[in-house]
Amino acid sequence: MSRLLMAETATIHAPSVSYHALAPILIVLGAAMLGVLAEALVPRAERYTVQLGITVVGLAAALVTVALLHGTSETTVAGALAVDGAGLFIQGSVLVLAIMSVLLIAERSVDVGSAIVASAAVVVGSPTDRRLARTGLIQTEVFPLLLFAVSGMLIFPISNNLLLMFVALEVLSLPLYLMAGLSRRRRLLSQEAALKYFLLGAFASAFFLYGLALLYGYANSVDLPAILKASQASPKSDVLLFVGLALLLVGLLFKAGIAPFHSWTPDVYQGAPTPVTAFMSSCTKIAAFGAILRVLYVGFNATAWNWRPIVWAVAIASMAVGGIFGLTQTDLKRVLAYSSIAHAGFILVGLVALTKDGISSVLFYVLTYGFSTMAAFGVLMLVRDADGEATHLAQWSGLARKSPFVASVMTVLLMSMAGIPLTSGFIAKFSVFRAAFHVAAPLVVIALVFSAVAAFYYLRIVVLMFFAEPPENGPTIAIPGWSTAVALTFGVVVTIVLGLFPQPILDLAAKAATLVG
Amino acid sequence: MTTAHGIQSAAWLLIALPLLSAGVLLVAGRRADKWAHVVGAAVPVVLFGYAVMLFFSVKGEGNREINLHLYSWIPVAGFKVDAGLLIDPLSMVFVLLITGVGSLIHIYAVGYMAHDEGRRRFFGYFNYFIAVMLLLVLANSYLALYVGWEGVGLASYLLISFYYSRNIAATAGNKAFFANRVGDVGLSIAIMIMFAYVGSTSYADVLYGDTQLTKGVATAIGFMLLLGACGKSGQFPLQTWLPDAMEGPTPVSALIHAATMVTAGVYLIARSAPVFDVSQAARTAVVVVGAITLLYGCVCGCGQDDLKRVLAYSTVSQIGYMFLAVGLGPGVYAIGIIHLVGHGFFKAALFLSAGSVMHAMNDRIDMRRFGGLFRVMPITYGVFVCGYLAIIGFPLATGFWTKDKIIEAALDKGGTSGWVLGVVALAGAGLTAFYMTRALVMTFHGERRWEDDVHPHEASRSMTYPMIALGVLSLVGGYLLIFGGGLQHWLTPSVGPSVEEGVHTVSTLVLTAITLVVVALGVLGGWVAFGRKPVPISQPVGVSPVTTAARRNIYADAFNEMVLQRPGQWLSRALVYFDNRGVDGAVTGLAAGFGGGSARLKRTQTGFVRSYALSMLGGTIAVVAVLLAVRFQ
Repeated sequence: MSRLLMAETATIHAPSVSYHALAPILIVLGAAMLGVLAEALVPRAERYTVQLGITVVGLAAALVTVALLHGTSETTVAGALAVDGAGLFIQGSVLVLAIMSVLLIAERSVDVGSAIVASAAVVVGSPTDRRLARTGLIQTEVFPLLLFAVSGMLIFPISNNLLLMFVALEVLSLPLYLMAGLSRRRRLLSQEAALKYFLLGAFASAFFLYGLALLYGYANSVDLPAILKASQASPKSDVLLFVGLALLLVGLLFKAGIAPFHSWTPDVYQGAPTPVTAFMSSCTKIAAFGAILRVLYVGFNATAWNWRPIVWAVAIASMAVGGIFGLTQTDLKRVLAYSSIAHAGFILVGLVALTKDGISSVLFYVLTYGFSTMAAFGVLMLVRDADGEATHLAQWSGLARKSPFVASVMTVLLMSMAGIPLTSGFIAKFSVFRAAFHVAAPLVVIALVFSAVAAFYYLRIVVLMFFAEPPENGPTIAIPGWSTAVALTFGVVVTIVLGLFPQPILDLAAKAATLVG
Repeated sequence: MTTAHGIQSAAWLLIALPLLSAGVLLVAGRRADKWAHVVGAAVPVVLFGYAVMLFFSVKGEGNREINLHLYSWIPVAGFKVDAGLLIDPLSMVFVLLITGVGSLIHIYAVGYMAHDEGRRRFFGYFNYFIAVMLLLVLANSYLALYVGWEGVGLASYLLISFYYSRNIAATAGNKAFFANRVGDVGLSIAIMIMFAYVGSTSYADVLYGDTQLTKGVATAIGFMLLLGACGKSGQFPLQTWLPDAMEGPTPVSALIHAATMVTAGVYLIARSAPVFDVSQAARTAVVVVGAITLLYGCVCGCGQDDLKRVLAYSTVSQIGYMFLAVGLGPGVYAIGIIHLVGHGFFKAALFLSAGSVMHAMNDRIDMRRFGGLFRVMPITYGVFVCGYLAIIGFPLATGFWTKDKIIEAALDKGGTSGWVLGVVALAGAGLTAFYMTRALVMTFHGERRWEDDVHPHEASRSMTYPMIALGVLSLVGGYLLIFGGGLQHWLTPSVGPSVEEGVHTVSTLVLTAITLVVVALGVLGGWVAFGRKPVPISQPVGVSPVTTAARRNIYADAFNEMVLQRPGQWLSRALVYFDNRGVDGAVTGLAAGFGGGSARLKRTQTGFVRSYALSMLGGTIAVVAVLLAVRFQ
């Protein structure tokens, strides 16, 4: 018995780890640990400054290492992680947008404290809660939580091993569940959102895990290249393969907010603190698409004919749900939530192509959409009334009279989301549609119809802001602090510049369009 | 072609400086009201000073064609568009004319617009015009010229409808805009043909490059350029906008719609001389357009009661002379340009004195309400007489030197066509004398016909001094221009040598005598008809059909209304109907469908986690089912 055990352990070799290739992840994780320590050791008054410093420096350092790693194309940790062009592009995008979200979270001048609650554990409406709400305190754990989530997002899109991918999925999800419940205003709504997100997220994770188990049963491995090899060679029944893939996809589509697994999106986007919503709608989406890209392109390349119809179907469903439900929403955060569902559909259109062009168009799309949506949520933070953010559409009517600048900025962002030329959104849609046109012309036509439908509700907001009479006792426009101003300016400038001179980033995305199997 | 150096490298300032000041004046808002006119008027004076220095710098060069490369605009392989300026004798003449006459008119406008609320806006537009007009004449490629071409069109539109609250001014602006649009399409097609056949639009490549234009291509380009020129210069058949353009402030009429912008068509054709050298057909078309317009303008000018409209028709006909000249071909281009410059002097003088009259008469411009003004406005009268003598070609005044040469050149063309053109040009001279005498007599002579509440007076010095300067130029400018063949020799590098000597169809002396007799007859006719008997205050009725036709612009407006406007309206109404019922029906139907569907579907988003989870489960089952179905179909 003991001899047997000894023989078993003797066969396990420690896999070689390429530390430099994993440096970005390690840096972010290290910063997160440091944040936890700071939470325990630094006096409360200085925590905000210290945490902000750790977070920004950590993310920036990780971004620099990602930039230094460019051109890398290798697998490490026994093939579990693949550091390649697409993975690095996704990581870079996540890090840039995460820094912007941190800047939005750090905003302290438009609301007392910030958009983050003073103390999340206090019962809503209790005397302590009301007292704390007036102080400038903030639950600074949000910063390390964000760092943990980012580390998950960095691992998620480069996992070639499904088990590791599942771990990454949980690492990125758990902090997000918490962060969704941290809103300073409308706390009950925020906590409800957090609970919903957690329950449904757990449900989706279960599907993912079940799919993983079935795939292991089929291929005798959870490595994507091994699954590919098995699906190419094996003469045995592939029911396990396809049921496994289906369940795996459910977990991934849930994270990306794609119909019919989107139902959490509007509620959570609305309830979560706006900067956290911005973080979820950009970074989470990018990471999820990175993972979908890798699973389908690396693991299931050979069976594309079988899964393509299902991607078609969910893409159409997503565009339809996003487009149609978005029409009658009256809350701007919900409108943006449905818009993100519709955009997820458009990105899937590029995914169908299964070519290098397809990869690069998806990479370009997620990046540009991330910037636009990040900045749009940033603008939402500025339009306020006594109850916090004024997100009802009626409160936005005639906004251009009060602040032509804010209205113009929002217009640029909405134009980009609608895909109007001279904004980044147009170039993104164009490249995605062009990549998919050869293999899925009908899908592209449907996507065009739905982009027209979606354009209607973006333009409706523009019309409302510029041509409607402002309501009495309308909202006021808060003057943003430096951090929000930086994040907003960056988002808007990128949206415009990538509309006018997209070539450098398009070239970069084209160069990055490699996935290591 | 030499590269710009020294002072020449700063030529871009000619465009940048007025553009900057225009931007400042328009953006600065009300706080600039106090000093806007000073800046606005100073800019062209500074530019004129620089232009004079530039002139002497160019004069000192052995090769007087100087290229100033600015930047590469679209540097893609096989398709290169550079922005640059060409400083050569032809463009220098225009630069001096635009900045020189422009300065005088800007100074005049300081006084003329003194009581106008929109004076700052006016100077902003006026400086903008100077910038784009200079771009038009300095460009070294057709594409850059086109930018200036559209720019002056915009300036013209903005300034015609300057009093936009007056319906008639707004309509006149639109009319000018539409007519110019037709012409601009011509120019843009010409540029496209150049791109297609030559692969470039720079003058160097298109006109003097290696690619020899075939006759067909040259004809196509020539006709399209002519269409563009007709639109901008108010030539037949696109002439009707120019008289209406007089709704703008008088300095605008003087600078844009008499002295400079409307002569851009002549510039375009003179610049494109090599194209017209290849295509005889295009050249003939230019001549025909010039001859028709020349007569048309004269006849219409005889029937107008509005002083500025008389002058506008006179502009139309004088530009007709220029077209005739540049259409006659090598050797005559320079004569056309000389007449253009001389016309710039005397027409500006006439317009400015007309503006002075208008200023004094409470903005009334109906000549039947004037009369006897020479007693109360002696300076204005003097300037008008100078312009008058210049335009009718009184011996030794400007027109005598410049216009008579065109008549001579037309006759020298030889053959039947030469005789026809010569006689047309001669008849034009007689008619010009007639209607200008009419205008002079009705405005300044005879008994006073104005109402009691009008107190005519001489204008302020900022208005009279520029007027006097232009009046003097009208008298002596022509002689200065042709003195010793000066301008002709100067222009030789750009448009080729001028044909002076040789056998004339009719000897110069005889022709001069004939011309003078015809002009004298015109003057006499004008004086007999309007100077000897009192002028009725209202337009007489029951007049000859010719008079009626002249009053109605020979039915050009009626023709346009019947042939273009009405069918256009019908077409647009039909399209609007189709759009409302057909396209909009489909669109709103679709939108209503989506909206209704959305409202109904919204109820599925209940907010309960259990139903969300159920929907996810449903989705999962569907995904599994579809995948298996696809696999085992």
